[in-house]
Amino acid sequence: MIFLKQVLTILWKDIRCELRSKQTWTGMGLFALLVLVIFNFAFDLRVDNKAAIAPGVLWVAFVFASLLGLGRTIAAEREKGSLDRLLLCPVDRKAIYLAKLLGNLLFIGVVEIVALPIFAALFDVPLFGALLPIVLFGTVGIAAVGTLFSAMAAATQARELLLPVLVFPLIVPVVISAVRATGTLMVPAANEPPWLGLMAAFDIIFLSASMLTFEYVIEE
Amino acid sequence: MALVNQETGLTQQEAVAKARRREPGLPVASLVLGALSLTGMMISIWMIFLYAPTDAIEGQPQRIFYFHVPIAWIAMLAFVVVALAGIGYLWKKDERWDWAARAAAELGAVFATLTLITGSIWGRTTWGTWWTWDARLTTTLILWFIYIGYLMLRSYMGRTHASARAGAVLAIIGVIDIPIIYESVNWWRTLHPQAEVGTPGALPPSVVLTLMVSLTTFTLFYSFLMIQLYQLQRMQAVAQRLRASME
Repeated sequence: MIFLKQVLTILWKDIRCELRSKQTWTGMGLFALLVLVIFNFAFDLRVDNKAAIAPGVLWVAFVFASLLGLGRTIAAEREKGSLDRLLLCPVDRKAIYLAKLLGNLLFIGVVEIVALPIFAALFDVPLFGALLPIVLFGTVGIAAVGTLFSAMAAATQARELLLPVLVFPLIVPVVISAVRATGTLMVPAANEPPWLGLMAAFDIIFLSASMLTFEYVIEE
Repeated sequence: MALVNQETGLTQQEAVAKARRREPGLPVASLVLGALSLTGMMISIWMIFLYAPTDAIEGQPQRIFYFHVPIAWIAMLAFVVVALAGIGYLWKKDERWDWAARAAAELGAVFATLTLITGSIWGRTTWGTWWTWDARLTTTLILWFIYIGYLMLRSYMGRTHASARAGAVLAIIGVIDIPIIYESVNWWRTLHPQAEVGTPGALPPSVVLTLMVSLTTFTLFYSFLMIQLYQLQRMQAVAQRLRASME
């Protein structure tokens, strides 16, 4: 119970910080929209190729925007010097990880909720309710790995450079299954593996591995 | 000179002396492994080019298979070694594990690059394309990216305990992730020739024998290089400490 309270306290601190500055939200949201617009030019979407390209476009926008936000999580603490104080608190490192992860999920989730209708409008694809679990599971997978590695990258000078280099290779399974799940939703296909279940499995693996190793990354 | 390293709690003189004391009796092992891998390499080359039969369909280019498979095996083995050394480091907090991890990662990056190159050449001659998004190719490419990411991370973070811990965590997550990547790309699409070694009658015994000799040789060669790179890491650590003690 105390663990949960610690998680919520750290999470609430992050949310209040974000509500005051609103930097991450606006930055990520604008970035996601810009990616969608740029892809529109890059791919010249037509009716016949829309179903093939749209899922990829959506997930590239989400992944890029997520990494932008993920990079800020620990780095912002480090810049303000509050990371040391956070680590001095008698709090389990897993609580810090979970709070940071939930914060990231919330930030990315808000951006996604805004971006999805705009994506549907710009690319003229229908929105399905079934898209929600796909987006949720995909985001959890990206954020679980991303939160762990943002702590790692924040310790270096080149964090903006290092974070994508470390995270992109590792989230390949999540990206593949998210894109395929979204694609099958738009154009139903036979003989597809159960992508949603696979994503859930990937999420559980990444979450537990990241949670167990987080303390080694964050320790000074 | 009573500067105490805040991470190890050793004074620098002690640390240098400690690292020097660890002068291991490895030259003998290194010499033996070097001689073994040299003779093994000679025998392998002879077997690959003269003993093994020419493939009926693929012809001469198929012989690259005897290099490609062992190199790919070493690229994977090296990553497992990086992860195991990482676990060892997190567990024992002894920097020797980290030297081993770094050495294995550097070698692994080289062998992963060679895997991609030899695989591309072989793919060009048999499939008529340099690259295809098949499960094994994609996984090797991702493995290569992880190796490069690992080396980048380590070089950005320098030779500290935080760097060693971060590297260990990256290697552990990577070693869990690579089978997952392989499977997910496999579900996505695949075209690679399935492993035919082991199924009786699929390959002539001379081919299997050549492959086994080549595999053994490359593993010996890898162990030989590991010792060299490990020593190099050790000496770099000592040199860095000596430099720090001068300042």
